[in-house]
Amino acid sequence: MSFGAGVRLLPLAAAFLASARVVAAEIPLGERRSGYELMARETRAIQDDDATNPGMLWVLDGETLWSRKAGAADRSCADCHADARESMKAVAARYPAFDPARGRPVTLEQRINGCRTGRQKAAPLDYESKDLLALTAYVARQSRGVPIEAAIDERIRPFLEAGKEAFHRRQGQLNLSCALCHDDNWGKHLAGSAIPQAHPTGYPLYRLEWQGLGSLGRRLRNCLAGMRAQVPAFGADEFVDLELYLMWRARGMKIEAPAVRP
Amino acid sequence: MARAVVTLPAQAKRGEIIEIKTLAQHSMETGFRRTQTGELIPRDIIRRFTCTYNGVEVYRADLHPAIAANPLIAFTTVATETGTLTFQWVGDNGYSVTEIAPIRVE
Repeated sequence: MSFGAGVRLLPLAAAFLASARVVAAEIPLGERRSGYELMARETRAIQDDDATNPGMLWVLDGETLWSRKAGAADRSCADCHADARESMKAVAARYPAFDPARGRPVTLEQRINGCRTGRQKAAPLDYESKDLLALTAYVARQSRGVPIEAAIDERIRPFLEAGKEAFHRRQGQLNLSCALCHDDNWGKHLAGSAIPQAHPTGYPLYRLEWQGLGSLGRRLRNCLAGMRAQVPAFGADEFVDLELYLMWRARGMKIEAPAVRP
Repeated sequence: MARAVVTLPAQAKRGEIIEIKTLAQHSMETGFRRTQTGELIPRDIIRRFTCTYNGVEVYRADLHPAIAANPLIAFTTVATETGTLTFQWVGDNGYSVTEIAPIRVE
């Protein structure tokens, strides 16, 4: 799948070389668009209705897991956090958040696994495992419609800067940066696919191409593989920093999780 | 967990056309894909979906390998009488999920 994406990218690289355009600045706040707005009407309809949004299957699984006891502590998420519809409201809108214990920001997935190992005394869930995606989707669902709020303080700023640097750094055999597509050429097409502005408003989201739910980490790994760059592991520090920058870049935009994308 | 979600109106007028949306959790493995080492991944799909309304079949679909994962099947029927709609998905490897939904017809 990622190999195919790389093949599709080739003509794009040629187009960039030919145009030799000057790198544009960040997208002005008022001109930001969710990938939702670039989708076909039919795909938007799938996302809009919980009865047709396949991401809801993961949300429902997450709801079951929320109250299932796990680990040596024999505790469920609900035992501490009670009703997720109240306690998890707006939580996903402020991740990645700074974790004092680790001294760096953590993603929502890492926070859930932190709870599993720390509070439930259970083994952490694998990245992209069905259970971790389900729990993340369930928690993220509680923030639907809530504006993204990236709380940037002095502790987290260096990581935001690192993420910003990663976003603008050319890398891989095609010598592309994230910004080259998503800041400078959004709205144009890569083969038949629209290039979005890369605002992570709907993760974890259901991609029709994936035929399943996936995290932002999976999306980032896809992009890097398409750029023929080194692909870090799920949850790598570099990805968390990049995720933090993307969320800051999308500040004020509303969470759509679980979104549907083509 | 094999989950299915059914959405339909809880009540309807007699003779009214109602829309029913169903979503079944299934990977719909085609049987044509191979692993990285070249082994064929066995087919694992939903083969048949049926909907019965008070025991009478009102909708049936045969599913095939090209159908997407987590198939969404939406259809309409006429609300004739109060009762229950039974939805059943049957597939490879003993997959079988049944959902029951009540409807009140006035």
